[in-house]
Amino acid sequence: INHIVHNGGLYKRPFNEAFEETPMLVAVLTYVGYGVLTLFGYLRDFMRQWKIEKCQNATEREEQKDFVPLYQDFENFYNRNLYMRIRDSWNRPICSVPGAKVDMMERVSHDYNWTFTYTGRVIKGIINMGSYNYLGFAQKSGACQEAAAKVLSQYGAGVCSTRQEMGNLDKHEELEKLVARFLGVESAMAYGMGFATNSMNIPALVGKGCLILSDELNHASLVLGARLSGATIRIFKHNNMQSLEKLLKDAIVHGQPRTRRPWKKILILVEGIYSMEGSIVRLPEVIALKKKYKSYLYLDEAHSIGALGPSGRGVVEYFGLSPEDVDVMMGTFTKSFGAAGGYIGGKKELIDYLRTYSHSAVYATSMSPPVVEQIITSVKCIMGEDGTTVGRARVQQLAENTRYFRRRLKEMGFIIYGNEDSPVVPLMLYMPAKIGAFGREMLKRNIGVVVVGFPATPIIESRARFCLSAAHTKEMLDTALKEINEVGDLLQLKYSRRRLVPLLDRPFDETTYEETED
Amino acid sequence: QEKEELIEEWQPEPLVPPVPKDHPALNYNIVSGPPTHIITVNGKECINFASFNFLGLLNNEKVKSAAQASLKKYGVGTCGPRGFYGTFDVHLELEERLAKFMRTEEAIIYSYGFATIASAIPAYSKRGDIVFVDEAACFAIQKGLQASRSNIKLFKHNDMADLERLLKEQETEDQKNPRKARVTRRFIVVEGLYMNTGDICPLPELIKLKYKYKVRIFLEESLSFGVLGEHGRGITEHFGINIDDIDLISANMENSLASIGGFCCGRSFIIDHQRLSGQGYCFSASLPPLLAAAAIEALNIMEDNPVIFQTLRAKCERIHKALQGISGLKVVGESFSPALHLQLEESCGSRENDVKLLKRVVDYCMNSGIALTQARYLEKEEKCLPPPSIRVVITVEQTEQELDKAASLLKEAAQSVLN
Repeated sequence: INHIVHNGGLYKRPFNEAFEETPMLVAVLTYVGYGVLTLFGYLRDFMRQWKIEKCQNATEREEQKDFVPLYQDFENFYNRNLYMRIRDSWNRPICSVPGAKVDMMERVSHDYNWTFTYTGRVIKGIINMGSYNYLGFAQKSGACQEAAAKVLSQYGAGVCSTRQEMGNLDKHEELEKLVARFLGVESAMAYGMGFATNSMNIPALVGKGCLILSDELNHASLVLGARLSGATIRIFKHNNMQSLEKLLKDAIVHGQPRTRRPWKKILILVEGIYSMEGSIVRLPEVIALKKKYKSYLYLDEAHSIGALGPSGRGVVEYFGLSPEDVDVMMGTFTKSFGAAGGYIGGKKELIDYLRTYSHSAVYATSMSPPVVEQIITSVKCIMGEDGTTVGRARVQQLAENTRYFRRRLKEMGFIIYGNEDSPVVPLMLYMPAKIGAFGREMLKRNIGVVVVGFPATPIIESRARFCLSAAHTKEMLDTALKEINEVGDLLQLKYSRRRLVPLLDRPFDETTYEETED
Repeated sequence: QEKEELIEEWQPEPLVPPVPKDHPALNYNIVSGPPTHIITVNGKECINFASFNFLGLLNNEKVKSAAQASLKKYGVGTCGPRGFYGTFDVHLELEERLAKFMRTEEAIIYSYGFATIASAIPAYSKRGDIVFVDEAACFAIQKGLQASRSNIKLFKHNDMADLERLLKEQETEDQKNPRKARVTRRFIVVEGLYMNTGDICPLPELIKLKYKYKVRIFLEESLSFGVLGEHGRGITEHFGINIDDIDLISANMENSLASIGGFCCGRSFIIDHQRLSGQGYCFSASLPPLLAAAAIEALNIMEDNPVIFQTLRAKCERIHKALQGISGLKVVGESFSPALHLQLEESCGSRENDVKLLKRVVDYCMNSGIALTQARYLEKEEKCLPPPSIRVVITVEQTEQELDKAASLLKEAAQSVLN
């Protein structure tokens, strides 16, 4: 299904999102593959139980053998029999800065991935297409690193106190004012962990008697925050505005489920870019709905801040909307700013309320000073306030890289999900065996990729996910594309049934349209 | 048409209720400069009795230079969760060192102290399981329990008889339904040194109850790691208990180790499970390497100078004695606990007024050069809200004169404000 939407003038630029359907043959083969693996899994479990095969799993203590078992056998079935086979694609240890090229520690397994040993060798110069380094701020030298080093020697690494007690440093105040200015909102507050920002602040904003409408594919932190709040949760189909509108209408008309009393508040939870699909939220339509039905919008810009928009201010700027329309703008500093932590921006009343009642302000340690300094320097760089145009150049480089990479992959014939402008590029693999094979083949060719399968994605839709960065030069992208092409032919991954006519080398501008033939 | 009318009429509540300007938690103290032994709060220089910097490692030169070296090698952030190129060799080294120090098989690191226990509990305890938890458990444990959706049974603080009563009740329940009992997991969650009351949990009795009623123990050692025990290994060393008897020990590195983050340690059988099902581990970026390097260096210092633990305990005893007998304030906490509470002997009736009174005491002390703080809680969210109190934290860096000065200043403040 290909959407090119110009919904009555709400969108100022074409919104190109595509989720090509799974070819029938591939789906059937994938199910067959999982079936075979499950059968083998049962067989091996049987052999392990009857001691024909050695059990290499860690086991319970002798003294505690008659306690209630800690894990159910079935829970670990997937872990033991499917995940273990391809475990070497994940948790790969690196030993250099996670920039465009990275050094990885080599590890081998002599017993089919049950244990790993490090050979001591380091594989150097692997092209890193897995780290969330969108604007290339993961650097070990440069203005950001020098500023962080100075603050580290002055302030130390930790803080040892919470925000409300003795942990509120002047650096934190500076950071919050700067973030508020960057986003264009009245005020902002920063926290030490992006995951915790969601899971600790959503319960502070909504409680029992409120309604949360959350997208199908929301991140685990949003789901946890919604559950901890105690509000009623209803899920609408991914990025589907008709589904959202229907839920809003029903909610207002029918009220709470049993008592029929009206809801206290309705909060819509969406993300800027969804990291597994690569899709961008339909923000103009969501804001129109929100205004019509008087609900509140919570936008999680973990991946889109710094990565979208002509000056890197996120999905709100990308669509040309005003930040005042979004009630709660949340984001993280881990991805585009090369640091750690999260923030929430909004009106002054909102932030004052969060300063008093957020769980994190009362019970959790505040951010570490050198990390805060890294964020301050990188935000100033993106805004151009450090006197150079480096920030702007990076944002533009990222946009160019995204368009180029996506176009070339589509031309080669892979199925790529998501929006044309999102720097997260999922490439569909489908079959379980190909997950492991793709990761290993790419590593042999010195390219590090991220592969994901169940349970992060639906069971037949496993994928490889590329995260583009402004630090990737065109040569690196070309090398990567060449290798992906080779591996794609080797593993027969080119499932797409539309063939794109390769464009002549024209300069990129808004009027470049794709020409497709089925 | 009716529907449209309803939609027109419906008025939601405002997103957040307005907060009064003079709310005590709204105006933060601003600390300019490093929050070390001498701290500049709101422009005034004071001696720091409020940061949990027990071993004084916040300003340690070796720790800072280790962090600088790591900054030059890795930059600041890790740009990814542990599963996707976010595992650095420093993380692996820190996990190994922690496991070796605590003498367990394995350890796992989280990037945020609060998230450590709040992700560890839901990884094991699910809907239908039973958790016995102390009333004075800290907020992070409460959130972990809420996220796990298990049945929670509170027992009175440090009251083993009450816990045994609950366990016996559970046993009679089990006999009515043995099939269900065979699959219901049971856990006891306790803290080594309680943050809210400053006292210690009776671990040997808990171990006896564990084997008698077949319950697993999760121990939260945020305050006792690096404080109790001959080498700083925590409450298990303090009582001389075999560490394998405790199923999971969780601690945060933000107190004694003066870094950021937390860790869990225990047998591989238990810890390995969190690598796939700990939410704060799988779905969140890993700890910045400079903080991990700082923690490793802090561990080195702890291992090289085991005498600091005794020095710390001696200072705690000294101030505990010195603070006895202040009229109007009572000391809550063990004599060797470095984080004490000072509560009002008689409450003035409402919590608000108590808080205001204590604020005046704190302000008096701050104006005379001792930085203190009130213990902050979320009043509506806590299960068992502790009474308002002043938090007094003792660190290794405070000299004897400073301890005596603090004690006499508190006496003065109590005299002038409360009488």
